[in-house]
Amino acid sequence: MNRSVIIFIAMLSASLSLFAAVANAAVDSSETLPPPAYCQWEIKNFSIDDPLCGLTGDAKRGKEIATDGSRGNCVACHVLPVDGIEAFGTIGPSLIGVGKRLPVGFLRLRIVDTRRINPMSIMPGFYRDPALIHRPAKNMIGRTFLTAQQIEDVIAYMETLK
Amino acid sequence: MKIMHNALIIVYGFMGIFVVGYANAELLSGYEFVKPETQAMQDDDFANPGLYAVDAGEELFTQGHGPAGKSCASCHGDEGEKLDTRAIASYPVYNSNTQKIISLQQRISSCRSQITDKPLVVNHPDLLALETFVRNRAHGEVVNVATDGPVAGLLEKGEALYKTRYGMIDMSCHHCHSMYPGKMIRGQKISQGQGNGFPAYRLDTGEITGMNQRITQCLNLMSAEPFPSDSEEIKLLELYLMSRSNGLKIETPAVRY
Repeated sequence: MNRSVIIFIAMLSASLSLFAAVANAAVDSSETLPPPAYCQWEIKNFSIDDPLCGLTGDAKRGKEIATDGSRGNCVACHVLPVDGIEAFGTIGPSLIGVGKRLPVGFLRLRIVDTRRINPMSIMPGFYRDPALIHRPAKNMIGRTFLTAQQIEDVIAYMETLK
Repeated sequence: MKIMHNALIIVYGFMGIFVVGYANAELLSGYEFVKPETQAMQDDDFANPGLYAVDAGEELFTQGHGPAGKSCASCHGDEGEKLDTRAIASYPVYNSNTQKIISLQQRISSCRSQITDKPLVVNHPDLLALETFVRNRAHGEVVNVATDGPVAGLLEKGEALYKTRYGMIDMSCHHCHSMYPGKMIRGQKISQGQGNGFPAYRLDTGEITGMNQRITQCLNLMSAEPFPSDSEEIKLLELYLMSRSNGLKIETPAVRY
């Protein structure tokens, strides 16, 4: 086989491996719209009891967000009890049964800003105050990683993992 | 005898803990974290796509400029055999006269300005190819970035940048590459973020990629505003990252995810 054929095969396998992509940057399709208003939240006893912006979550949408590489992408670091995921990350703890282990307010704090519990955590704060983000990409200025609705959807899904 | 035997088991147990602890802190090339088929691709001179850049760099290295037809090869030999491989493996270096960090690309660029008045900017494909060729001359040489004297203060600044959180994903380099090497992020193992294989062929982008560009790609992945390619910050990061690789062998062109 000559070298160019081998290189071609290498390129082909490279483009295939793109499908096994790692954590994609959180760029929501709504990024072209102005950022939605940021809702303040409050921690009491290591818990955020009130839903963000008073919204109600949808577990079905939450599952899609949690497994979507361009949105929540929880599977980049955690195991979830879902089929069709090629590979799960091993950085964070498994989320199987997480709804049984953590009350909903504890879960909300961990997703919104887990660094309020563990300052050295590698986990992104999915609803941190946009003013606290250092050097956000231009299209993400003033935004949170996920919207309040998306956070509540993911929480509703996690609550089903019992 | 039984007591002796038990004591020995305890001693061996402690030694085991020591060895495991040491292994975690061990310096490992990115080669150790890629899949076996990627390692095989890197090791095979016919399969390694990065060698295209080496070939392109060699062509530019021997290309004559001006009426005298002078090329890099006029001084350094047709295959760059007169280049000092240990010096190549010491880049980026600090120039105390200009008080600036000089990357290998910049060094090649300034050397090249003696034979042509058409300069190449950082990360220009031709300059990247030349860097890949030159670093490949030092394949197997041990990375030896100076860490003493005026560089010490710069490395502290570089380390501070390495430990700063960036972008929406809000992680520092330190989080992934110092706290979690060996863990999986989806289907890929996190490496120690070593620089000894760069410029490297990246399977993710399908391109030969310099350190400088890799840092930018990482910051983009963090959904962060990257540093300009000629900024002080990216030079400090490049210097710090390469100094972390001191002791590892140059693998350019490595194949990485």
